Amino acid sequence: MRATGQDEASGLTTATSADARPLLSLQRISKTFSNQVTALRGVDFDLAEGEFLSLLGPSGCGKSTALRLIAGLSTPTSGRIDWLQEVGSQDVSFVFQEPTLLPWASVFDNVWLPLRLRGITRTAAEPAIREMLARVRLTGFEKAMPRELSGGMKMRVSIARGLVTKPRILLMDEPFAALDEITRFRLNDDLLDLWREQKFTAIFVTHSVFESVFLSTRIIVMAARPGRVFEDISIDPEMGRDEAYRTSSQYAALCRTTSDALARAMSLNRGAGHDGH
Amino acid sequence: MTAIEADISVLDPEEAKRVRQARLERIGRWLLPSLIMVFAIFMWDRICVWNEIPQYILPRPGVVFQTLIADAPLLFSSLLTTLKITFFGLLLAVVGGVVLSVLFTQSKLIEMSLFPFAIVLQVTPIVAIFPLINIYVDNQTVKLLLCAWLVAFFPILSNTTLGLNSVDRNLRDLFKLNNASAWQELWRLRLPAALPYFLGGLRIAGGLALIGAVVAEFVAGASGQQSGLASRIIEAGYRLNAPRLFAALFLISATGIVIFIALSILSNLMLRNWHESALKHDS
Repeated sequence: MRATGQDEASGLTTATSADARPLLSLQRISKTFSNQVTALRGVDFDLAEGEFLSLLGPSGCGKSTALRLIAGLSTPTSGRIDWLQEVGSQDVSFVFQEPTLLPWASVFDNVWLPLRLRGITRTAAEPAIREMLARVRLTGFEKAMPRELSGGMKMRVSIARGLVTKPRILLMDEPFAALDEITRFRLNDDLLDLWREQKFTAIFVTHSVFESVFLSTRIIVMAARPGRVFEDISIDPEMGRDEAYRTSSQYAALCRTTSDALARAMSLNRGAGHDGH
Repeated sequence: MTAIEADISVLDPEEAKRVRQARLERIGRWLLPSLIMVFAIFMWDRICVWNEIPQYILPRPGVVFQTLIADAPLLFSSLLTTLKITFFGLLLAVVGGVVLSVLFTQSKLIEMSLFPFAIVLQVTPIVAIFPLINIYVDNQTVKLLLCAWLVAFFPILSNTTLGLNSVDRNLRDLFKLNNASAWQELWRLRLPAALPYFLGGLRIAGGLALIGAVVAEFVAGASGQQSGLASRIIEAGYRLNAPRLFAALFLISATGIVIFIALSILSNLMLRNWHESALKHDS
């Protein structure tokens, strides 16, 4: 909307949308595990409502740790995580790297689980579950057991389960890493559709440059050992993310920018011994 | 299964061979053990006849069968007694094992404190403990129950504990993120996840409960109206009534097999929808 012609061409914007309300602020976050491994050191970033943020980096850069800290599954050794709006734990959903379904429960019951744990009966939950299953193209599979589904379908159940509570924040830890590329593309499209419809804020951990550029409005490239923010890349949220985008020169340029940043982040560790200084 | 019924004429030689192989294997699985069994019984009979072995040393299979019919009222009432002890011993083992393993998962401290005792009870042979039980407990039924319970209890405890602790870490996080109570986590996550392990333990415990019931009776040396199959065996041994001894033995092992099959079927029914162990595989 306010992007200049040049910005349009590169797809890069210098700031996130000005009208977005700040949601979350990480201040000087460090995490050292009991085995003395420092997963994160001095991580700072803010997140605005409605953003689609990717945490991109090599393995060991602490991106999953950062996600777990934000989810409240773990506490930082030092630093603060401030929620700048009233956000309860019911507003946050987590999608794991594995589908993480209950193997003894049907697709319907798996999606019901988060609602069920909040005391919502099957009848009361049914409309929301059916709607969510329709959104992830799984209508008709309500009674199927997880083992009967393909990897991509299981992941879609997992996403449906994450979104059935209408969360304001969806945290995803490399959800598509184990899927083949065709399935992955399809699920990227599905995820973007859901993000546009439900307007949640997303934090997406990935080690795929292409995936992060396709999905995100913002990419934080992280460096490893210790994990820290290396570069913060914003992408115009107004860009049409469709099949044409995948093959556009704009997309290619953004991928190159991001790849370069990632390469530079990784070169920090190369030959530099270990653990910075 | 459908692949095996496939029309063999449309298949290439290699696949056709595979189909024939599968067919043979399916038949052989039942036929071979049956043939061997029939042959063994036949040889048993022949050996008795050829060597003119007296009945009180080794009775012919036919005689054992006749005794089984003739002594049926006596033997089956004893079988009922043994079955009762086995069943209630197993029931107590299930209740005790599951309750204790749930306690273990709720508190690591309880597990650390009590698990060694469970192991001590398990590794000490029941025959060695029994004289103590004999001194402390008066009631015959209680004695036998205690004994059956002691042997059957451990596999259920250790398997269920293992199962309750083998829950996927991410699923536990998922429950935590959804503010699940300890009760919800136990009921909706840990217990269902432990079910295959528990059923595995139950299958072992079923056979052990029978062994416990029989061994206890042997050591207790019970007799009279309420005596089980072990007493019949001892009694028959004293009287050199080998046919009855064999008949009682046959009943015990048949009971063990029935218990095992019944628990396997139960396990399959409970897990058939989701667990690997109970799934049918086509290839």
